[in-house]
Amino acid sequence: MSKKSFRQAVNEALRDEMRRDSRVILMGEDIAGGMGAAGEQDAWGGPLGVTKGLMPEFGRERVLDTPISESAFIGAAVGAAATGLRPVADLMFIDFMGVCFDQILNQAAKLRYMFGGKATVPVVIRTMFGAGFRAASQHSQGLYPLFAHVPGLKVVVPSSPYEAKGLMTQAIRDDDPVIFCEHKAMYDDQEDVPDEPYAIPFGEANVTREGDDVTIVAIGRMVKFANEVADKLGKQGISCTVIDPRTISPLDRNTIIDSVEETGRLVVVDEASPRCGMAADIAALVAQDAFKALKAPVRMVTPPHTPVPFSAALEDIYIPGVPRIEAAVRAVAGQA
Amino acid sequence: MELNREQLLAAYHQMRTIREFEERVHREFSSGSIPGFVHLYAGEEACAVGVCMNLSAKDYIASTHRGHGHCIAKGCDVKAMMKEIFGRKGGLCGGKGGSMHIADMSKGMMGANGIVGGGPPLICGAALTAKTLKTGGVAVAFVGDGGFNQGTTLESMNLAAVWKLPAIFVLEDNGYAESTASSWSISGEPVKRAAGFGIPGEQVNGHDFFAVYEAARKAISRTREGGGPSFLHFKVSRYFGHFEGDATTYRGAGEVDKVRAERDCLTLFRKRVEGAGLLKADQLDTIDKEVAALIDAAVAEAKAAPEPSAEDLLTDVYASY
Ligand SMILES: Cc1ncc(C[n+]2csc(CCOP(=O)(O)OP(=O)(O)O)c2C)c(N)n1
Ligand SMILES: [Mg+2]
Repeated sequence: MSKKSFRQAVNEALRDEMRRDSRVILMGEDIAGGMGAAGEQDAWGGPLGVTKGLMPEFGRERVLDTPISESAFIGAAVGAAATGLRPVADLMFIDFMGVCFDQILNQAAKLRYMFGGKATVPVVIRTMFGAGFRAASQHSQGLYPLFAHVPGLKVVVPSSPYEAKGLMTQAIRDDDPVIFCEHKAMYDDQEDVPDEPYAIPFGEANVTREGDDVTIVAIGRMVKFANEVADKLGKQGISCTVIDPRTISPLDRNTIIDSVEETGRLVVVDEASPRCGMAADIAALVAQDAFKALKAPVRMVTPPHTPVPFSAALEDIYIPGVPRIEAAVRAVAGQA
Repeated sequence: MELNREQLLAAYHQMRTIREFEERVHREFSSGSIPGFVHLYAGEEACAVGVCMNLSAKDYIASTHRGHGHCIAKGCDVKAMMKEIFGRKGGLCGGKGGSMHIADMSKGMMGANGIVGGGPPLICGAALTAKTLKTGGVAVAFVGDGGFNQGTTLESMNLAAVWKLPAIFVLEDNGYAESTASSWSISGEPVKRAAGFGIPGEQVNGHDFFAVYEAARKAISRTREGGGPSFLHFKVSRYFGHFEGDATTYRGAGEVDKVRAERDCLTLFRKRVEGAGLLKADQLDTIDKEVAALIDAAVAEAKAAPEPSAEDLLTDVYASY
């Protein structure tokens, strides 16, 4: 056990699984870097250094840099998965799904079903998402609900370094296509992470705070904010349960419903756009299955229905932060 | 075709403006005044200027993530550009786009683009509009060596050829896509790749303004006259990192210094025009001073400009809703 960053945690999971299973390979743009260049090899390790050090250990045969051709290499990862490898492909920014979505949506997600169960597609697609980097409309989106919408894909949104390591290990060992969504503003977050490998099962939510008055379901980076609100309001007489679903597909329905049965109040916090997103999805689930328990209308805390702006002043308003979560919790608790 | 004195002065003015703009953005970024992902065009000025001097207001260009140079060459307002990069009110896009989405449709600049390969399909569309409405315009897609491997680029070249569009594809091969060498990532010869789509093309020294200008002039007039799409492959170098903050350890020792010393487009331009007696050194020095003052003023105004207001977050999503 030692303090590790989110970046190190993901790197360790990849390294340990590559050591354990020689069929695990990595591919992506500049995941090592320096391909064909005169200077340093492994110059980048991905744009934010997450895969640094893996090429020197495992070689270019298992850590493959690619041309900028996402349809081709994401599709190649899917095809390789269906035929005996266990690729982890890096779709650098989630926004770039636009160029290769067919290979994910119509190929990876559906091969097994269409072939009557006769295909297994153990591919992991790692991708960065999220606002807060001043990276503007095409590098800041929280598009993970689009993946959750598609049957056949599993979708992971880790909320801390510990979670990231265990969930990445599970993602690689899992026999289904997994979209692994890393918040780009969390790579330097640190916490105690075991040195040895461990897997966190999919579809089992993590309850990070326990309380009686309000249930907060939060996703990814929002979990940290929800915890902050719970800690603050706990001292002011509103006790909150915070649920981190960890995987949004499969979604741990029971943990959410059981909690709302007890608290009768729900706030859902999601960094994705509000329409057809996870907040709406979870709100609908609760409206259907725990309606009688509800003592107040469900509140969704999300960005507005706009693209992510560049300007720092606008982006800070865009992102759901502690003040808005706190206001929503107070509102459902009747203390607005 | 010979360029006259005014045109030569204008070409130098634009190239110098781009260089000064980029060097200043580099410094401002290092000191923390500019947020986000910023990709600088310094070193490649001759490409944007040599191409855009052959275009007029009715012509469109689509840029890449490395878009400041194309913007300036297409006539965008430099002060509004600087405000945009600082994310301020009065910026070219109201502070909503930033460096990676800097654009001005009124100048025929369809935007820098955060998506590699995002521009070429848009340029097919602009060319289709020009053809359908018979505007006499052409449309130019600037693509990097990395973007030259994106499916959208290759599909666009085929579509433009099949539809005989007035589109020009300009490959700015600066040797790298992020840290990956173009000598590795591009299989085959770009000019032959274009020829495979039936598009005539030419490889040109992108450091040499005169070579770029002449090749672009021929390609653009051929396309404008109904000859269908054209292709240009510029071999060039970028001076700064892929983005601001890139340590560029993948480049060979002394690589950039050598290019700066031997192949800098501004130095080559000065040598040529001064040597041939076309322009005098003091005329060019005057431009250097004017440009430096313009960029100083642009930065000062950008820093003084207010942030966008909260209401701006919700506008411009739709034309109506
Ligand atoms: C679809 C897509 N894939 C990857 C990226 C990340 N990315 C941004 S710029 C870049 C390299 C582009 O290289 P090149 O086309 O040669 O242009 P240059 O940076 O050299 O001007 C990459 C991989 C992106 N923005 N969009
Ligand atoms: Mg390049």
